[in-house]
Amino acid sequence: MLGEGILKGMAETAKNFFGSYFSAERLTTVQYPEERIAPIEATRDFPFLVYDGADWEAGLRCVACQICEKECPPKCIYIEKSADKKPDYVGKPQFYPAKFDIDISVCMSCQICVEVCPFEAIKMDTEFELSTPDRFGGLLLDRKQLAKPNEHYHKIHPTEAAQVDARLAEGKAKADTRQTNAAIAAAVKGAEIPARPPAGGD
Amino acid sequence: MAIADNKTEKPEGWNRPPVMEPDGEGELLEVAMGPHHPSTHGVFRMDVALDGERVIRLKPVFGYLHRNHEKLAEGMSYLGSMPFTDRLDYICPLTNNWAYALAVEKLTGQEVPERAEYLRVILGELTRFQNHASSIGFLIQEMGASGTPLMYAFREREKILDLFEALTGARMMVNYMRFGGCRVDASAAWLDAARKVVAGLPGFVDEMDRLLSKNEILMARTQGIGILRPELAVNAGVTGPMLRASGVNYDIRKVDGYGIYNRFNFRVPLGDHWDVYDRYMIRLLEMRESMKILEQALKDIPAGPVMDPKAKIRGFRPKPGEAYGRIEAPKGELGFYLISDGGPNPYRYRIRPPSLINLTVLEDMALGENVADVVLIFGSVDIVLGEVDR
Repeated sequence: MLGEGILKGMAETAKNFFGSYFSAERLTTVQYPEERIAPIEATRDFPFLVYDGADWEAGLRCVACQICEKECPPKCIYIEKSADKKPDYVGKPQFYPAKFDIDISVCMSCQICVEVCPFEAIKMDTEFELSTPDRFGGLLLDRKQLAKPNEHYHKIHPTEAAQVDARLAEGKAKADTRQTNAAIAAAVKGAEIPARPPAGGD
Repeated sequence: MAIADNKTEKPEGWNRPPVMEPDGEGELLEVAMGPHHPSTHGVFRMDVALDGERVIRLKPVFGYLHRNHEKLAEGMSYLGSMPFTDRLDYICPLTNNWAYALAVEKLTGQEVPERAEYLRVILGELTRFQNHASSIGFLIQEMGASGTPLMYAFREREKILDLFEALTGARMMVNYMRFGGCRVDASAAWLDAARKVVAGLPGFVDEMDRLLSKNEILMARTQGIGILRPELAVNAGVTGPMLRASGVNYDIRKVDGYGIYNRFNFRVPLGDHWDVYDRYMIRLLEMRESMKILEQALKDIPAGPVMDPKAKIRGFRPKPGEAYGRIEAPKGELGFYLISDGGPNPYRYRIRPPSLINLTVLEDMALGENVADVVLIFGSVDIVLGEVDR
């Protein structure tokens, strides 16, 4: 019969339409921004700089090694190395970024900076409501705007952050052991060890 | 297939722009269709000469979305080009990642762990499924059914994109595969979620089938329209569902058996009318075959690492040489050709995009058809302009 296929197709449409009144599964959209779906943990959009402790400037993990600047495919990172050094999380003196800018109007959220960072200093944020009327300054974030505490990282990516903390603690323990060993060695070397009397006799 | 036998025999009109004679009454009307949005694929223009309703000439004009990807890649590390490949065919970024990773792995001779191969197959087939679903949606949209089938397809695509996001961190710009494996491992919870989504896919394909396949309007609009003869398809280098809809049995998953595809049991659907309806049907059938592969892969996926422990992601310099990695992307043969001169970035980086090469036969398919069918034929090619222009 001509039109049978159309009618059968219409039955499918009707099933979906009326089904949406009875089954929550058929309701696939939400009324953003009043309603929001639960965020997915792995989600990423723009990078931020992690700091430990309360003071963002002293706690920045970044040591201005500039690997991310070199590897960034769209070249949206700009770093200036500091002249002096400050102690990092294991207490070793390191450079720090005197200037760290990310132009998020250029950033394409590829997270290659995160992957190549050997210091776990740069991570991906999940904040996406960043629209601004200021086209140039508003999207060029400096290091103060980029710095976010480690707690924030734990909040947005809990699993990943726990792994990172474990790795860092391991690194710190190793560094501590090294330091202790070095201290012992130095102490041993510096100590006055009485010369042993020559063996044997006369 | 009789293609192999008469390869030397050149089919009529194989290398000249086909010309349709106007009937001599009245004047020709030249219409520029596009470039804003001839349909739902991107910025593309068709300069069409019409004699009444009949198409006499058709000139595809592309280049509006040119982004200099190939030249950029020559000045960038091998890793740096990976996120840009997402943006080629932005409907299916994971297959683009895969093709590029395959080419670099051939160049450097890296091995891919078993689990990573399975993950690649799972992600590749999910990508194929969502590409074909949305491509059918677009095709029906171009026919004038505004919304319903496309929205059904997008509803299903959304579930798959949520899976991608949970694994890779992004819905479309995934940047997931690496040379020698994959970036992160899939958790058991993710695999369970994937199994759940895959279990729901047959229902969707059946729904699409009941909704569309026997629809009289669809059949009247698509059957016998836009015929692409197998001889021409082979000579023009057409690949993918387009070629198989023309009845040529050529699927790189079967021919090359790249990755671990030779372990899976699936069939290659072929068309025998060579028209737009066949291309629609092939995509529907390929979705069913993809589901078969997905079920097998999700059942068999082994435990283990997802990255080659010897693999370096940055700062490596492949030995001088060349490599061509190709896969069966949802749209056809996607190949990356790389030449290394021993430096940290490729000396030459060339993409063989299925969309562009499939588009070259557009005029041959559209000649003599009504102008309203041209958009339909264009839609049945299933292109993405990000890949055509690069």
